[in-house]
Amino acid sequence: MSAKHLSAVAGGSLLLLALAACSTTAPAPSGEAEAGGLVGSGSGAECSIESEIPIGAAFSLTGAAAQYGSSQKNALEMAVDDLNEVGGVTYSLTVEDDATDPQQAIQVFDGFISDGASIIVGPTLSNTAKQTNPVAQEASVPVLGVSNTAAGITEIGDYIFRDSLTEDAVIPQTVAAAVEKFDLEKVVVMYSNDDAFTESGYQAFAAALEEEGVEVTETLTFSKTDTDFRALLDKAKQSSPDALVVSALVEAAVPLVTQAREIGIDAPIIGGNGFNSPALIKGAGEAAEGVIVGAAWNSASENEQNVAFIEAYTERFDVAPDQFAAQAYAGMQIIDEAVRANCSGEREDIKAGLGEITDVPTVLGEVSINENRDAEHEALVQVVEGDKFAILD
Amino acid sequence: MQLFVDGIFLGSIYALFAIGFTLVFGILDRLNLAHAAVFSAGALVGIEVVTRFGLSIWVAIPIVFALGALLGVLIERIAFRPLAGRHDAHFAGLISSIALGAIILSVLQALYGADTRRFPAEAFPSTRLEFLGATFSLLQLMILVISVTLMVVLTWVVAKSKLGRGMRTIAENPHAAAVLGLNVGRISSMTFAISSALGAVAGVLFTLNVNAANLGIGHAVELKALAVIILGGLGSLPGALIGGLILGLAEVYAVNTVGSSWRDMVAFGLLFLVLIIRPQGIFGARKVREV
Repeated sequence: MSAKHLSAVAGGSLLLLALAACSTTAPAPSGEAEAGGLVGSGSGAECSIESEIPIGAAFSLTGAAAQYGSSQKNALEMAVDDLNEVGGVTYSLTVEDDATDPQQAIQVFDGFISDGASIIVGPTLSNTAKQTNPVAQEASVPVLGVSNTAAGITEIGDYIFRDSLTEDAVIPQTVAAAVEKFDLEKVVVMYSNDDAFTESGYQAFAAALEEEGVEVTETLTFSKTDTDFRALLDKAKQSSPDALVVSALVEAAVPLVTQAREIGIDAPIIGGNGFNSPALIKGAGEAAEGVIVGAAWNSASENEQNVAFIEAYTERFDVAPDQFAAQAYAGMQIIDEAVRANCSGEREDIKAGLGEITDVPTVLGEVSINENRDAEHEALVQVVEGDKFAILD
Repeated sequence: MQLFVDGIFLGSIYALFAIGFTLVFGILDRLNLAHAAVFSAGALVGIEVVTRFGLSIWVAIPIVFALGALLGVLIERIAFRPLAGRHDAHFAGLISSIALGAIILSVLQALYGADTRRFPAEAFPSTRLEFLGATFSLLQLMILVISVTLMVVLTWVVAKSKLGRGMRTIAENPHAAAVLGLNVGRISSMTFAISSALGAVAGVLFTLNVNAANLGIGHAVELKALAVIILGGLGSLPGALIGGLILGLAEVYAVNTVGSSWRDMVAFGLLFLVLIIRPQGIFGARKVREV
């Protein structure tokens, strides 16, 4: 009886010990920091921090979004190598696979949080981010999304930032560029009104067109499952618009664009984010020529940093970078700026630094982070020319 | 005039789908909900045959027709025949055909992925025609002609041929048909084969017409086709054609007069209106059962 009691006590204290051991590993980096580990001296380019700053990245390296995750991983590793060469501040990057699965992503986030990562980059998909980011917010660990574009990501909390432009940021710039290029006076707007994504794209288009003083002669709606748009297009044609403005997913975009050309609408077609896909060019072929769509990044951008980035990336990985790679690379540049601003790799200091990001030159151009913790930078307005997206000028 | 022409051509697509559908639904009295999957299969396999093997569309269509017929036989054998003896065979078959349709779609997804695909631009001549100030494509005209021809030929088959008489006998009373020496299984198979072959070819024509095919196109048209069948009158092939044209016209005029957001409401509202005035549908005959 007493022996049993004793072993229970012993077991209990062992458990306590184990718990204590766990809890000591978690705050270890910050304990180090107090000893001058993660907080350095000097500021900006002069900043020098003794310890390596741990960065955790959760990307979809397997599963449905695997093709995006691998280029994000490549670009982030390249960015860390480049930044470590500069000196003063060094980063140690850990990339984990979220397997395009929110459950696994939460585990990865938990791991980063308890291992003391100063900031978490990712995850790849917005859907996943909606589940993982509250975990980081709860633990007061900053997160920088480098590919999430859905609404409601940064609203999760004040530790959540992103450098990927949302559709709301891209559309006004697309409209402004198209208005200037084609002297648009009146347009017909078409959108599928049974999809949240295209509906919000429509709202952004309507606001931007009003801002630019363009008359909308007709607003036509359709269903995302529709494939025959001739009746709508004939109606659109009657008011002989200067352009068609369309918010649709690529499944509808392909038949809509081909049928518009078929019935003889030659006006430019301005599309939302759904049009920003090689599938449009592949699907619509020649009919896609002249389609205008905004994007956060384009390989043809003449930004000096971007040209150098493409060259270095292609040389290192034997494939050309895509938008996911560029946004991941820029993400690391932004983190570096935030770290150097306060010369500290502490979570709170990085969070404060990210909030102050203004006109930081990156591969995406000059990036600022606004009061909603969303990125602002110049979008690239593209036009389909000879089977690829070229820059509208 | 352009509106009228747009409506007629849109309607002829619905009719094309509905004619194959109603052959089984209206005459054998079985609702085959795998028809939408056959439609998608026809479109995607047609695209594959034309793009991968570089065959002309005129060779692809007979291939797709044969594939559709094969699928039809499989659907009848797998989803309907094993259940024929059950007292709830109508509903059981309806459910099992949904399941079989889902299986067909999964196979298609595994083969071709979920992306939107299309026929190469040069697969069909993009000739435009003009008639009384309205323009349309050669393909649209062809679809209308095919729909009308099919309606006429199939009406004749059902009414006059030996096969058609068999179909009608089976629908009325399968046991009596067997007693009379009719090969019930063979006639059911034939009907499903014709129906599905037409459905698969409709998928090809539809895809050529709108320039896009994906797994979901069948389902998008299925509901409209069901409405067309009810509107035209169950089991009536001319009804399926006229019903299709009416729905097409209603949709186009709804878009242009009431507004595009109201399209489905106006079109389906009209359907109810017709059914209130004429519950058996435009061409439907009220079935009188004598005891």
